[in-house]
Amino acid sequence: MDRLPRWADVALVPLVSLTLAAILSALVIIAIGQDPWEAITVMVQGSVMNAYGWGYTLYYATSFIFTGLAVTVAFHAGLFNIGGEGQAQLGGLGVALACLFIPWPHWTLALIGAACGAALFGAAWAAIPAYLQAKRGSHIVITTIMFNYIAASLMIFMLVDVLRPPGKMDPATDNFPAGTHLPSFNEIPGLNLIFTSGVPANVTFFIALIMAVVVWALLWRTRLGYQIRAFGKSEPAARYAGINPVRIIMIAMLISGGLAGLMAINNVMGEAERLLGNSASGAGFIGIAVALMGRNHPVGVVLAALLFGFLFQGGAELGLWTKIPIELRTVVQGLVILFTGALDMMVRMLLVRVFAFFRSNRMEAA
Amino acid sequence: MADAAFAIELKGISKAFGPVQANKDINIAVPKGTIHGIIGENGAGKSTLMSILYGFYKADSGQIFVNGQLTPIPDSQSAIRAGIGMVFQHFKLVQNFTVLENVILGAEEGQMLNTSLAKARSELERLARDYELDVDPDALIEDLSVGHQQRVEILKALYRQAEILILDEPTGVLTPDEADHLFRILKGLKDQGKTVILITHKLREIMEATDNVSVMRRGTMVATVKTAETSPEQLAELMVGRKVLLEVDKGVAKPGEVVLKVEDLRVRDEHKVERLKGVSFEIRAGEILGIAGVAGNGQTEVLETLGGMIRATGKVTMKGQPLPLQGKGADGQSRREAGIAHVPEDRHHHGLILDFTAWENVAFGYFNDPQYQKNALFMDNDAIRADTEKKMATFDVRPPIPTLAAKSFSGGNQQKIVVAREIEQNPALLLIGQPTRGVDIGAIEFIHKQIIALRDAGAAILLVSVELDEIMSLSDRIAVMFDGKIMGFRDPETTNERELGLMMAGVTGKGEAA
Repeated sequence: MDRLPRWADVALVPLVSLTLAAILSALVIIAIGQDPWEAITVMVQGSVMNAYGWGYTLYYATSFIFTGLAVTVAFHAGLFNIGGEGQAQLGGLGVALACLFIPWPHWTLALIGAACGAALFGAAWAAIPAYLQAKRGSHIVITTIMFNYIAASLMIFMLVDVLRPPGKMDPATDNFPAGTHLPSFNEIPGLNLIFTSGVPANVTFFIALIMAVVVWALLWRTRLGYQIRAFGKSEPAARYAGINPVRIIMIAMLISGGLAGLMAINNVMGEAERLLGNSASGAGFIGIAVALMGRNHPVGVVLAALLFGFLFQGGAELGLWTKIPIELRTVVQGLVILFTGALDMMVRMLLVRVFAFFRSNRMEAA
Repeated sequence: MADAAFAIELKGISKAFGPVQANKDINIAVPKGTIHGIIGENGAGKSTLMSILYGFYKADSGQIFVNGQLTPIPDSQSAIRAGIGMVFQHFKLVQNFTVLENVILGAEEGQMLNTSLAKARSELERLARDYELDVDPDALIEDLSVGHQQRVEILKALYRQAEILILDEPTGVLTPDEADHLFRILKGLKDQGKTVILITHKLREIMEATDNVSVMRRGTMVATVKTAETSPEQLAELMVGRKVLLEVDKGVAKPGEVVLKVEDLRVRDEHKVERLKGVSFEIRAGEILGIAGVAGNGQTEVLETLGGMIRATGKVTMKGQPLPLQGKGADGQSRREAGIAHVPEDRHHHGLILDFTAWENVAFGYFNDPQYQKNALFMDNDAIRADTEKKMATFDVRPPIPTLAAKSFSGGNQQKIVVAREIEQNPALLLIGQPTRGVDIGAIEFIHKQIIALRDAGAAILLVSVELDEIMSLSDRIAVMFDGKIMGFRDPETTNERELGLMMAGVTGKGEAA
């Protein structure tokens, strides 16, 4: 088949997909008797037209970058890690333990300690499905999904029976000590000129961007990344080259789980400052869509995470300022995932025809 | 105007893929009721041309005439309507359907299958009678031999009233007997007035089966000649554009020290079936040991064991050092460190990662090589690309673009990339399986020369091939394998194809076992 020019492949296909998703979303809003123009105005104004909105959009995007990168790394090893949700929740546990039980002298040290805890716990939660896949051949999609449920139950147990301070009613840990407080955008010198009121976006955003660069360098510049990608493309060929499948599955999943776990420094440490139930609140699953839409490349992941951050924040604004129910946010997300992920090929083939048409016209004219 | 005496006439067909001109102003006329061969090296543009004729690609310019009528063919449905049928190199059959179900697939009439099935059954019986095309209509495809599956493909085309049948490399997967049968079928079709276009790169088949032959080279049609008036040497020269040695030119071997010693090698597959039943041999430096045998008699397991891909028991020593056959050290990396290079039998599944670029494939298996590292952390991708350019130049890989994906190269050039990677390591032992499978004549000659050069430089070489010609002409000693055992060793100077053929079938004249 004829192929698309690179710019169309990278930019035009997602753009057309998004437009289609937007049109269909508008139809849904009309169908429930509301005004789609009002909806888009509220969404855009509430998320990207002012610093306060950006403070939330970037906060959500930070979480999605971590989970999107987690899916990306596993994907390049040919593994579909659906367990980001559970791994992120366990990451939250790691953060909570590090923050509650170690007296940190300064937030920078606390950040390093909590990040280690988050990555360690996230990786450990991915390690069991990875081992089962590598040694026993149990399909990673099935086991990681099951581990999401186990993680949810484990967290309820930990919060209700272990970590809940005596006398408190809600299943959550104590507030973290003040020494672990991460600077929000409104507390960072320079940035606070833009972000004047309190926003949840915090220094973790920059860590997420650094991790995107790290993941890119890992996959395309190191021997380990080379082996991960080779194994992901062809397991028999990897065996020929002497790449140890068990080792690659384990390492790729540990990195993936660690990245998903790291998300917890954004929401648990940076925002809530204590561990609550269902801490990942779906970001683990959004990460799958982010990776799909970002074509499993860190740059694409960052851009897709920003889009989903916008959808999350804009959707919340809808519930706040219009009669459109907040559940519509889920509908719009669903449509975006449907068009950018599942129906990607449909749009692509459509564009291939359009391009072929113009090309042959040009040929005949010439 | 076009002549109605031609079943197919192509005029001025051109097709480019980006910067690559796959077909350049192709003109060809195929007379009705003949077998017309199209021959050319891999990547010469034969398959592209036939894909245009079958509506898979749209030509950038040019016209197609069928039976003298200008016939645009935008898709394969139009090709079928114009009476063109195609038998692909890789069959397009539903494995768990019966022959009958496969034949009517896509040509069903009406909502209910019974009428179409009944019609197809009687039609198949007629075709079987007329053309020696007998296949059990109720057999499942997965139970059929490759030769029979190919017959089903031919039946599919004929059932759709094809008058012009195109076969793309039809004998690549067939045994010599099956190939002979295929040519009888094609002759039968010709006698009934059908036109056959046979695409191949095997000269022997062209000489045996065709009436006319067109030769393609680098996207152009260089000649069309009557088969009776040409010779294999002339065709080879036309294909490659220079004189080609059809025989291998090699000096006398000067065997040195024993490099590899294999004793009582045994392998069980995942079903616990013993695939190697105690194999022993040795190879000296500067010597080529060829293993002959029908595919599936244990040759693959010998290569894969020595290459560190599968586990085995027994004793293997390399220059006196034992090679682990189990657990740690029994992997591809350790083997490479021990000085063993391996050109695997299946380049698509083992030798290359098709989605990777050429330069990424040049580092494949050698990603730990110090010359490819920038520092402890990062690989030196620039160094790998530079090395790839060098290897591509030495081995004449076309096009010489390191950033092109491996899947974009023709079969011969893909094999050159693998062979270049392995031979340029200067290994003490080279394992090489099916070195020229699916490779064109020019590249075969080149790869053979490289193997001989490596031998003369003092390497030990283990050659596995199902092509007896190749084994006979390259080897200094021949081992014949049958049923997981070595039936015996022969000297290529004193043995002959008949003797080897008998041994390959498990018959030993002198009752010896090695």
